[in-house]
Amino acid sequence: MDDDQGLTAREPDRPAPGLRRRAAALLHRRPRLRLSLLLSAPLAWLVVVYLGALAAIFLTAFWTTDTFTGEVVRTFTLDNFRGLWDEPVYRTIALRSLGVAAAVTAIDTVLGLPMAFYMAKVARPRYRTYLVIAILAPLWAAYLVKAYAWRVMLSEGGLIDEALRPFGLSGPGYGLTATVIVLAYLWLPYMILPVYTGLERLPDSLLDAAGDLGARPLRTFRSVVLPLVYPSLVAGSIFTFSLSLGDYITVKIVGGRGQLIGNVVYDNIGAAGNLPFAAAVATVPVVVMLGYLAAARRTGALREL
Amino acid sequence: MFSPMPASAVRIRDLRKTFGAVEAVAGVDLDIADGEFFSMLGPSGSGKTTVLRMIAGFERPTAGTIELGGRDVTGLAPFDRDVNTVFQDYALFPHLDVLRNVEYGLKVRRVPRAKRRERALEALRSVRLDGMGARRPAELSGGQRQRVALARALVNEPKVLLLDEPLGALDLKLREEMQVELKAIQRRAGITFVFVTHDQEEALTLSDRVAVLDRGRIEQVGTPAEVYERPATAFVAGFVGTSNRIGGVCVRPEKIDVDTEPGAAPADADQHGAEPRGTGSGDRHAMGTVAEVVYAGAATRFVVDLESGERVVALQQNLRTSSMDVMRHRGARVRISWHSAHEFHVPDARS
Repeated sequence: MDDDQGLTAREPDRPAPGLRRRAAALLHRRPRLRLSLLLSAPLAWLVVVYLGALAAIFLTAFWTTDTFTGEVVRTFTLDNFRGLWDEPVYRTIALRSLGVAAAVTAIDTVLGLPMAFYMAKVARPRYRTYLVIAILAPLWAAYLVKAYAWRVMLSEGGLIDEALRPFGLSGPGYGLTATVIVLAYLWLPYMILPVYTGLERLPDSLLDAAGDLGARPLRTFRSVVLPLVYPSLVAGSIFTFSLSLGDYITVKIVGGRGQLIGNVVYDNIGAAGNLPFAAAVATVPVVVMLGYLAAARRTGALREL
Repeated sequence: MFSPMPASAVRIRDLRKTFGAVEAVAGVDLDIADGEFFSMLGPSGSGKTTVLRMIAGFERPTAGTIELGGRDVTGLAPFDRDVNTVFQDYALFPHLDVLRNVEYGLKVRRVPRAKRRERALEALRSVRLDGMGARRPAELSGGQRQRVALARALVNEPKVLLLDEPLGALDLKLREEMQVELKAIQRRAGITFVFVTHDQEEALTLSDRVAVLDRGRIEQVGTPAEVYERPATAFVAGFVGTSNRIGGVCVRPEKIDVDTEPGAAPADADQHGAEPRGTGSGDRHAMGTVAEVVYAGAATRFVVDLESGERVVALQQNLRTSSMDVMRHRGARVRISWHSAHEFHVPDARS
């Protein structure tokens, strides 16, 4: 009885729920309200800033500039795209950019796959974290610093020339080759990391099983590892390909006189002041990447990003 | 022929494996006969899986030799050994359908397409998976995956099949079914099975012989009956079944009869065992108090504290009793009895 009285006596003492408590209870009862509060800011950012900018680019691409005043003329025209298509130099540049992106992706695949395999399957588990950090470390350095470092190394009589001299060779100098090398260096971590993640998820027992069934290492690699890690490779290639396609700084620094899509965009904004044409050029890599993503989707790679 | 004895399917001499400072396998000798169902039984960390992996070739021994069918394979890679493995997680290739999984070994060994299809279908039939060939492993149940793994290994007709806790992931009912099936397949195929398990009941049920391992060493090798009835060491006695220490001897729980009404028996008969009242009574006795009664369906487990201070477990078949009957015995004074013929001695524990 005493206990009972104590309980009933205490009850009114409990403070009335505060504002925060009531708000929390309200949010608990209304999941939709909770969700909209949570997502409104990021959604606003995504729609206004991100998609809005893309839409603006796309819209601008259909405008033109007054040749005398340099003012943007806001009337719908396909002139920019027509010029892009008719002028052989732009086609050359577009194809060259695609070639560079493809070469960078190929190099990163060839370099990244064995490195990722070593990290995920050969190295002792406790060293893996350090290896991942080692792969990530270059990403913490400034892009420009790395590009200029390569400029120094690739310069005439530079480190690369010195290193190759004993073999009677000389470095590639500035140009498309140098661009490909530097871009491959810059984007390599973006290839290694998804492939590493994919390989780490691949059970070791599958490799054992293939060997157990008589497959030599190369066969195991071809028939088990490659098919299973393929989506991760495609995921990595999305990074290397798209980043290469949009790059214009590396080309400026080590590319010599070679131009890529990015430079055309840059020059049209800056020197030429032709924003609509720059926008039209900029849609080219966007369209290419949309096609690339559509193709990648079929391999299941988008689940690996 | 030249050797006086037929070569063992597997012959292991002084096998050792260290991982860093840890000695996982510390000197193992084994002879496994052709066509034998041989189990390696032990707790986790006893080195049984490491021995299996060294037979398969996945791990390189630190020292010692492994012979398969009289041929030294110690330095050979897995793909050069005539053994196949059924993995604990089945290790089915997720990107291949069931038929291609089973065909894999044959394809690698360049068996012509028609021939290998025929053999793979036959193997799937033998594990009762006909018609499942087009499925992906992800679409199968645990028991079906298990059987695909078995078919994928057996289709290669290896001399020795290694099984690494293959039934561990299955639920009890399925596990019991698969045990029967495994045994049947082994008899039919006549292949030597080396079976790793931590489940003593499984090892006793399936095997022709059992090796009990602890801390990287073999404690005892023998038939299930030998290992169970005459354990060579305290570890075996404790790991394979439960054993009660009473005085200087050991007795298995099911060999102990619990008399819940000791007053009904003639008190003077205690010492000399002259009362043949029931089949379960024996010529040895002790008095005690029931500390716990656990009803377990087919049997009831009595935990009895003896007057000597020892605690014993007795297992009684629930032939006539029901749960309600046994529960009231908690705290009761009882007399336990057993036959001296069922006693066994084990050397004192090493540590």
